[in-house]
Amino acid sequence: MTLVSGWGRFPVVDTDLLRPRSFEAVGDAVADVTGSVARGNGRAYGDAAIGAARTVAMTGFDRVRSFDPATGRIRLEAGVLLADLIDTFGSRGFLPFVVPGTRFVSVGGAIASDVHGKNHHCEGGFGRYVDSIQLATGEGQTIKVSREQNSDAFFATVGGMGLTGVILEATMRLRRVETGWIRERVIAASDLDAAMRALDAGDTATYSVAWIDCAARGRDLGRSLIYLGEHAGKDELADGADAFPVGKNPGLSVPIDLPSMTLNRYSIRAFNELYYRMGARRAGGSHVVSLYPYFFPLDSIADWNRIYGKRGFLQHQCVIPEDGARAALGEILDRVARRGDASFLAVLKKLGQGDGLLSFPLPGYTLALDFPVKGDILNFLEEIDRLVVAAGGRLYLAKDARQSRATFEAGYPALRRFNAIRKSLDPKGNIRSKLSQRLFDEV
Amino acid sequence: MTSRKTVLVLGGSSDIGRAAARAFARRGYDVALAGRDVAALEPDAADLRARYSVDVGVHRFDVLDTASFEGFVGSLPALPDVVISIVGLLGMQESAQSDLAHATTIMRSNYEGPSLILGLFAEKFLGRGSGTIVGVSSVAGDRGRASNYVYGSAKAGFSAFLSGLRARASRGGVHVVTVKPGFVRTKMTEGMKLIGPLTVEAPVVGDAILAAVENKTDVVYVSGKWRLVMLIIKTLPEAVFKKLKF
Repeated sequence: MTLVSGWGRFPVVDTDLLRPRSFEAVGDAVADVTGSVARGNGRAYGDAAIGAARTVAMTGFDRVRSFDPATGRIRLEAGVLLADLIDTFGSRGFLPFVVPGTRFVSVGGAIASDVHGKNHHCEGGFGRYVDSIQLATGEGQTIKVSREQNSDAFFATVGGMGLTGVILEATMRLRRVETGWIRERVIAASDLDAAMRALDAGDTATYSVAWIDCAARGRDLGRSLIYLGEHAGKDELADGADAFPVGKNPGLSVPIDLPSMTLNRYSIRAFNELYYRMGARRAGGSHVVSLYPYFFPLDSIADWNRIYGKRGFLQHQCVIPEDGARAALGEILDRVARRGDASFLAVLKKLGQGDGLLSFPLPGYTLALDFPVKGDILNFLEEIDRLVVAAGGRLYLAKDARQSRATFEAGYPALRRFNAIRKSLDPKGNIRSKLSQRLFDEV
Repeated sequence: MTSRKTVLVLGGSSDIGRAAARAFARRGYDVALAGRDVAALEPDAADLRARYSVDVGVHRFDVLDTASFEGFVGSLPALPDVVISIVGLLGMQESAQSDLAHATTIMRSNYEGPSLILGLFAEKFLGRGSGTIVGVSSVAGDRGRASNYVYGSAKAGFSAFLSGLRARASRGGVHVVTVKPGFVRTKMTEGMKLIGPLTVEAPVVGDAILAAVENKTDVVYVSGKWRLVMLIIKTLPEAVFKKLKF
């Protein structure tokens, strides 16, 4: 048995961690026990990629099967990391259509969480660019699912948190790009209304995201820096710049668990003040930045999750439908600012419609906040959840370690349909994760 | 028609072999993958072609079948520019202590086979006046330890072979690299207790091999920490060393 946790390092669970070497062995691993789930690169924050009894590690399956540069279509094993895809195919002029805030996620994990990027408001999520998936069901059989073939299973698998089976392989499309650079424009918004207006105005931008100062209170509540981005053409680059920048491995790292008091209301407030002022100074004009800092600002610090101390942290990511979003976000931010221990890693962004049955996105605004695990944080987040549910919103399963069944069921009306499809694929209920035990499975 | 360089990887389906093949293909080398199970090499060959648009061939090679070596070298479409041997067998020390057949297999897989095949390539390379030979040996060969001396002694022999070959071949324009990876997270070490700070992932070894070939390094400890660790282990007096259990 092995102790395993998600990126938030909470909860930590003892599990039978297997590393199969062939797809046949994957099928055997899930078929001969009740309670397995696949695990990619372990970047889901909570308990999504930890099996109820057994966890099937997939990162060894990292081969590209085929690539057609004429169409950008690629067939690959589920353990390939987006970082690998970007490094390998970027210089050939191809990037994934959708990248989340870290490139260290596997393709299988990206499908299972139907991850979104800074372009979700106009280009949709990761699953939109997936054509077909090879799935090992709980019975150990391999089936192909796509929009045309087993389409119910396809839309349950996209965003299905690995609960329809183990994603073995996928065929998907990559985006043709001229360069690996992004033309970025920064907008300073002095409060929440200004931030939401700036994001609305950014609907026409390919990429948009806001860093929000969740320590700011009163008339500064919700002040933000909005980052809009477009793929830069070759003619926009400085003379002599490589069309494709090199992605460096993390230069900094957090070598130890920092004492949990490192982040307190004073240090966070001081950091945010500085960060906002420096950003506001850059606001207005546009400039060209490498895709790496634009898409993956935190990837440059290895093991940044240790900054929250040994007990780990919780990320709370909700989405609130557009109607009523202003009021709900204002209330949430006010409570968070009064509490004072949310970190500087707060993100506000607009989302569009999700594609999978359980995909997180819906048209509205998503807010992501990190909190160290301590004190009465679980009770506090329960209260926030009530605000989210009242506004018709929901929480992102890939980030979740603690929401209640009631919150989950209220937020995901397609759950009943999902469960029926899951049951037909896996009548014995062999595929179970810690997350599914907590939120899905009959008890 | 192509003027690209070619690398031959013996033990191409091992984790370090796959990593080395990717590192060289990324640099634009055409690749020949060799191993016992040709079918198992095909997915890796397809991976290299899809990623890097290089030519990749697969070839059957069995390190224990020394009689086939001459034929194997002759059957290659061209003499490669770089040959890398990652072949080896950790085996089970406890069995090897009494099971002579198992001990023999460990010794032949880690010393006899790799040395003979690389020696054969060295002759061809010297005839041509160019080429690079890479032998993946082990820190276990730096001093025989109670817990793995059958494997370690074979690796020691292989390291000594490479050292002598390097001295001779360097005069003929052929470079020989000895790689001592230390702990690597691979199929071979799965289930072993590895010491985190001394352990690297296979791609790090692949990149280190490419760098050693390009920089004409003689002996590579993939993690510099291992050079220090083995220096200490090598300099401990035998009276002290024999009391250690590791």
